[in-house]
Amino acid sequence: MPLADPYLLPMSALLTAIGVTEIYRLGPGNAFRQGLWIVIGVAVFGATLFWLHRDYRVLERYKYVFGVTAILLLFLPLAPGIGEEINGSRLWVHVGSLQFQPGELGKIALIVFLAAYLREKREVLAQGRLKDWGPLLVIWGGAMLVLFATDDLGSALLYYGIFVAMLYIATARIAFVAVAIGLFLVGSFAVSRATPHVRARVDVWLDPYKYEHTTGYQILQSLYSIAHGGFGGTGLGHGIMTTQSGQQVVPDLNTDFIYSALAQELGLVGVAALLLLYMAFVVRGFRIALTASDGFSKLLAAGLSFGFAFQTFVIVGGITRVIPLTGITLPFVSYGGSSVVANFLLVAGLLLISNRANRQEAGA
Amino acid sequence: MNKQLRHISVIALVLLAVLIGATTYWQTWAQASLADRKDNSVSLINRLTVDRGKILAADGTVLANNRRSRKNGLTIFTRHYPQNDLAPQVIGYSTSGGNTTGLEATLDDYLTGANTNLSNALQQELDKLGGRTVRGNDVILTLRPAVQRLALDQLAGRCGAVVALDAKTGAVYAMASSPTYNANLIEQRKGYKKILKIRGACGDASALQNNATQGRYTPGSTFKLVTASAALDTGKFTPSSPFNDPGYCIEYGNKVFNSSAPDSPSSHETFGNVTLSEGLEHSINSVFCNVGKAIGARSILEYAKRYGFYSQPPIDLPPDTINPSGLYNNGKLWFPKDFNKVDPGRLAFGQERMLATPLQMALVAATIANGGVQPKPYLVQKIVAPDGSTVVKTTPQTLGRVVKPQTAAELNQMMQLVVQGGTAASVGFPPSLQVAGKTGTAEVGSSNYYNAWFVCFAPATHPRYVVAVVVAKQLNGFGGSISAPIAKAILEKLFASRR
Repeated sequence: MPLADPYLLPMSALLTAIGVTEIYRLGPGNAFRQGLWIVIGVAVFGATLFWLHRDYRVLERYKYVFGVTAILLLFLPLAPGIGEEINGSRLWVHVGSLQFQPGELGKIALIVFLAAYLREKREVLAQGRLKDWGPLLVIWGGAMLVLFATDDLGSALLYYGIFVAMLYIATARIAFVAVAIGLFLVGSFAVSRATPHVRARVDVWLDPYKYEHTTGYQILQSLYSIAHGGFGGTGLGHGIMTTQSGQQVVPDLNTDFIYSALAQELGLVGVAALLLLYMAFVVRGFRIALTASDGFSKLLAAGLSFGFAFQTFVIVGGITRVIPLTGITLPFVSYGGSSVVANFLLVAGLLLISNRANRQEAGA
Repeated sequence: MNKQLRHISVIALVLLAVLIGATTYWQTWAQASLADRKDNSVSLINRLTVDRGKILAADGTVLANNRRSRKNGLTIFTRHYPQNDLAPQVIGYSTSGGNTTGLEATLDDYLTGANTNLSNALQQELDKLGGRTVRGNDVILTLRPAVQRLALDQLAGRCGAVVALDAKTGAVYAMASSPTYNANLIEQRKGYKKILKIRGACGDASALQNNATQGRYTPGSTFKLVTASAALDTGKFTPSSPFNDPGYCIEYGNKVFNSSAPDSPSSHETFGNVTLSEGLEHSINSVFCNVGKAIGARSILEYAKRYGFYSQPPIDLPPDTINPSGLYNNGKLWFPKDFNKVDPGRLAFGQERMLATPLQMALVAATIANGGVQPKPYLVQKIVAPDGSTVVKTTPQTLGRVVKPQTAAELNQMMQLVVQGGTAASVGFPPSLQVAGKTGTAEVGSSNYYNAWFVCFAPATHPRYVVAVVVAKQLNGFGGSISAPIAKAILEKLFASRR
């Protein structure tokens, strides 16, 4: 990959390092496991690069395989026997002692599928005929089904957001975006009325203080943790993460809530720098999409970059009460095997695209 | 497609920028209000990691310090009160659950070092980053442990209080509330329940109540000082104004008798022709009853207000532990709109729904001692930062003039007579101390049970100390026989401790 983007990999490494450091500070045992997952992630990363180094666009041919895989992965936690419900959402699969969040990989598969599908259908879709709204409605229905079946607002929001963004890039039709957002709001409102878990999340978002000892406990303690950091933070290792009895002050501190741990110890200075790092990553990603010459590459790079940005927004926005809180991981930083592997795959994809785009530019 | 790509990339960046904005909000604007929330376990634990400032008595005796322990990687400081039961109602307590009372509550920001100014904020930030423990400021009180301990010993578990002030400055040398409790019990298992069971004769109030500032007692004859202030200050009477005492005073067509003589409970004292001064000296109810009828309830209550009744005495304790004195109607502070609803005769000698706190009565005596100007009472002498620099040093203040200097001087004279030949003559105050005082023996509803009061200051010519004592609900308990000896012991201790 001689001509790949030179910034992405160091930035991913830095984010991973920040994550491992904080996870180690919260519990050395988890850090070791995270380390193992990083090794696996890097291996997958290397294998992907090696496998697709000639031309990754072969993936386009298997778009329906990716589409079906994405759907299967999303619904896998619902499968009896291996699916597991944690914190009210069915996101996990466990086989033996191995726990896995298949939605993370499903996200990558969905982006590949959408890039290929939209590249093929973009002209047709752009005409905006009524019958062409079909696929949009299908995916909207799918997202709602995921939301309804798994009680997981976060994933539904993430997939749907990626879909809408890619649809807009492919068709340039604001109307699609407006309708899509409208449909999502209507649908998620209806679902939130129907499923108590999602509804509770929205209620807590609107007024967490009302539920300070029950459903609002986690978000409030997390906000307290962030506030305690203040401008300069407590310093790494000096934050208050456990109670006298040794429990974490905020449940799930090393996975979904790692941002509130970082915010406390690194302060506003530290997490603002962290978010700027995410922004730099996103800028590089979109730059790759802009330099890529073919539609599939553009859509794929944009989908991966936007997915990365939007996932960060959904989790950190949830923690900072910008949007209702939903449990997904902070890319590269959170503890979690599936997340690490998925993120390395994402970087691999962007590197492949940038390498090809730069090679063409150099050759031209 | 590039146009759309740019749009989406801008949206992505805006979304991330929103996160920086939201985080900024929580870590700066909202920080203080979140930190103060009761359910905030982070600041709760953070409190425990602060080396809370010590509370010291005037002579350096440690009243509150910390015990350090390590738990789950946290260095935790828990409060300890080496003097146990000396002044828990004043010092209060600070628990690991974040509850605070007394001075521990009002001085919390100083004790935790949260009183940030630019220089110590920077030092604290550096301390935090360097992993050093944040140290709070030490507080030095005006309390004198020897006097305080003596007061508790004298009260001997009976329901009551002793307040000793500096007559000039208002510095509180003793503020003892009895029954008392061991502040270290608070955090022990079932300790709080044990404390609640300590009742003495205080009725509903537990040992947690600071009787000196919260306890409301019928002031009885000590209130005659306020009535006499009104009588003299308005110019309607002089110390030599003549009265005839038949042993009772007639109000609303009925006889209101003087109190019974200490030596023969069945008869009522009768003094015949006396002056106002002699009326105070021998605490003759009929004299004050007639004064009250003459000047009216409005005038008495207005002077009471000037002395600080009807408002919380300003002192560095939590407002919810300070009660205002005044008339109480059905448990509520009551300033009548229609003064015909108040019996001026009984009010004049401190009955008629009048309730006063020991601190308030001490302030009345302090005002007279101070020539008519009321000193502002204070408990905190100095607050010292960990580096030894002074953060706060209290400068004595006054609360303004209450009565004319001449009125104060006349009352001073009259109070000296009380000790020399009046109701406190048998106490045996050493003449060298030149004590000026007033007894009070207040009826409390059940027969033969009285609140025994004594308020005084000494030396009368150049007053130095003010002492107020109340012992509540004593069987046949007279101010002169029960509380005046306590005041005597306290005064002797105060004078002995001076070089």
